[in-house]
Amino acid sequence: MTNEGPRAGTSRRVEDLRLAGLTKVFGDQRAVDELSITIAAGSFFALLGASGCGKTTTLRMIAGLEEPTSGQVFIGDKDITELRAFQRPVNTVFQSYALFPHLDIFENVAFGLRRRGIKHVDAAVGQMLELVELSSLARRKPSQLSGGQQQRVAVARALINEPDVLLLDEPLGALDLKLRRQMQIELKRIQSEVGTTFVHVTHDQEEAMTMADTVAVMHAGRIEQLGHPADVYETPRTVFVANFLGQSNLIVGEKIQGGESVEVNAHGVRFTMPGSRNFAPGSQLVVGVRPEKMIVLDLADAGRIPSGQNTLHGTVTDVSYTGVSTQYLVLTAWGQQVIAFEQNSIVGDRCAVGDPVVLHWSPQHTFGLDPAGGLSSGIDPSVLALESDAEA
Amino acid sequence: MRWIRKNIIGAIAILVLVYLFIPIAVVIAFSFNKPEGKFNLQWNEFSFNAWTQICGVPGVCQSFLTSVQLGLISTVIATVLGTMIAFALVRYRFRGRSSTNLLIFMPMAAPEVVMGSSLLALFLNLRFPLGTVTVMIAHIMFIISFVVVAVKARLQGMDPKLEEAARDLYAGPAATFRYVTFPLVLPGIIGAALLGFSLSFDDFIISFFNAGTLVTFPIYIWGAAQRGIPPQVNALASLVFISALAIVLGAQLYSWRRRRSLATH
Repeated sequence: MTNEGPRAGTSRRVEDLRLAGLTKVFGDQRAVDELSITIAAGSFFALLGASGCGKTTTLRMIAGLEEPTSGQVFIGDKDITELRAFQRPVNTVFQSYALFPHLDIFENVAFGLRRRGIKHVDAAVGQMLELVELSSLARRKPSQLSGGQQQRVAVARALINEPDVLLLDEPLGALDLKLRRQMQIELKRIQSEVGTTFVHVTHDQEEAMTMADTVAVMHAGRIEQLGHPADVYETPRTVFVANFLGQSNLIVGEKIQGGESVEVNAHGVRFTMPGSRNFAPGSQLVVGVRPEKMIVLDLADAGRIPSGQNTLHGTVTDVSYTGVSTQYLVLTAWGQQVIAFEQNSIVGDRCAVGDPVVLHWSPQHTFGLDPAGGLSSGIDPSVLALESDAEA
Repeated sequence: MRWIRKNIIGAIAILVLVYLFIPIAVVIAFSFNKPEGKFNLQWNEFSFNAWTQICGVPGVCQSFLTSVQLGLISTVIATVLGTMIAFALVRYRFRGRSSTNLLIFMPMAAPEVVMGSSLLALFLNLRFPLGTVTVMIAHIMFIISFVVVAVKARLQGMDPKLEEAARDLYAGPAATFRYVTFPLVLPGIIGAALLGFSLSFDDFIISFFNAGTLVTFPIYIWGAAQRGIPPQVNALASLVFISALAIVLGAQLYSWRRRRSLATH
């Protein structure tokens, strides 16, 4: 038995990854802007953002493939900013996998060990291939493997080196939906087995939320919000996060009472939310609520609404049945479209197009945001174009 | 009508292949001829003479070896230089890069007569004695172009992420080149070298201008053609053709067997 190779299940000392004021400027564009975060040892950290937000550049700076304009990268107390890529205890799973086409799977996985002068690699490689369930394909060439298998080889090739941090650059981007789900679970399993810190870059919010224990939403080179996926989703702090992570209904209003319970007047309707959920600095604010938090009731049933709920009257303009849920578009008195999801667990008739309805939801599900950046920040531009087409 | 429509492509393909291979077939066939006079142009009698006494005509084997030697040395030098030029052109940004890119095509684009005669003028002006060295210089010059073009294409087609992956996996610059870049570019280099050798072996015009008293195989054949080509020339030419064919078939067989063994593995 050799001592090389990862020992699945055993805990080894992993250290925090810390970025301090990390900045990258391309020409006159600040791709990454003064990024300062600490990624806890052994955590599964997702950097989430649209393309061009700087997430991949951040990853490449951690890997040493890109030189930061300023700022530092630390692992534990050690400053690794000046180290070249091949000197860092960090390995990457590339988006296109970048498997060496002239080497077989075994040699691909053994590459890192051999470059560090380790002679006896058989046991470690065998163990690693077992971890990713590819032992039988060790002598195949990468081109003979399916996308999912190649992806697992890429993970094995990086993990065999027992890096302090494993970087994953959109590793599931090239896979189809079903395989992606499967690989998400697989990666999660591998991570809990080896205990290495995973930093995962993705534009897929669902992927980030299912896999990571900490999500950082990145926008224009900065981190908009960082936290547990559920916290970030339930309590977005900026319009960008509210729109980018899932969907939100945003209504512009005026603060009429602050303090522990914030009251807002929006188009003559009063909304309430806890003071702790209001992130707007001024009196102008955006009232936000997630579509699945709203309950759709026929106007005739308005009496059933418990007191203290936020309510909103409108007319149904569209009903789409999506299997798990029904999606309603409701037009408010001031002409704004609001979207609400209803679980298909109710018995009886659903509301129909043209029905007058009341939407209600808890103040605890309401959040207040700063309207400064505009209401469409974070919405996919192609979706915006579709919406304006539909209105025209 | 239907029959014609179904088979016309096949028929044309066969005609084209016949057109391509008849000259080679004639060359091989006439290597087994026992010519009546000096000229090996009319079929007389079947014989193995040309093959059993392949060096039977003075100078023919000497010229053949000269050409092989010349081709090998020129190819090796040109391949090394051309590969380095290709790397420089693809990997580095430097002043004069785009003009170098253009000029490297010149030996390929310029008519051989022009190349040959201007080189001759140059050597005469420099009072450089004509011979093996001048022919070699000329050959290296035009082989380089082909090597640069082939290796460049291979390099540009390579995923830059592969080298990044190597660096990420603890390979320093030298190890990255040795274990990733070079093996991936090697097929391009080998292809370029094979092409370079055949160009050098085949070249007549440029060699003729700069050979002085050196006799390469093409120059020998040209000279012989004035006086009557002996069938030994056919035999040697057939030999070249057969070895080229053997290399190609061998490579095909090798890759086919490897693919099969991998598939059943």
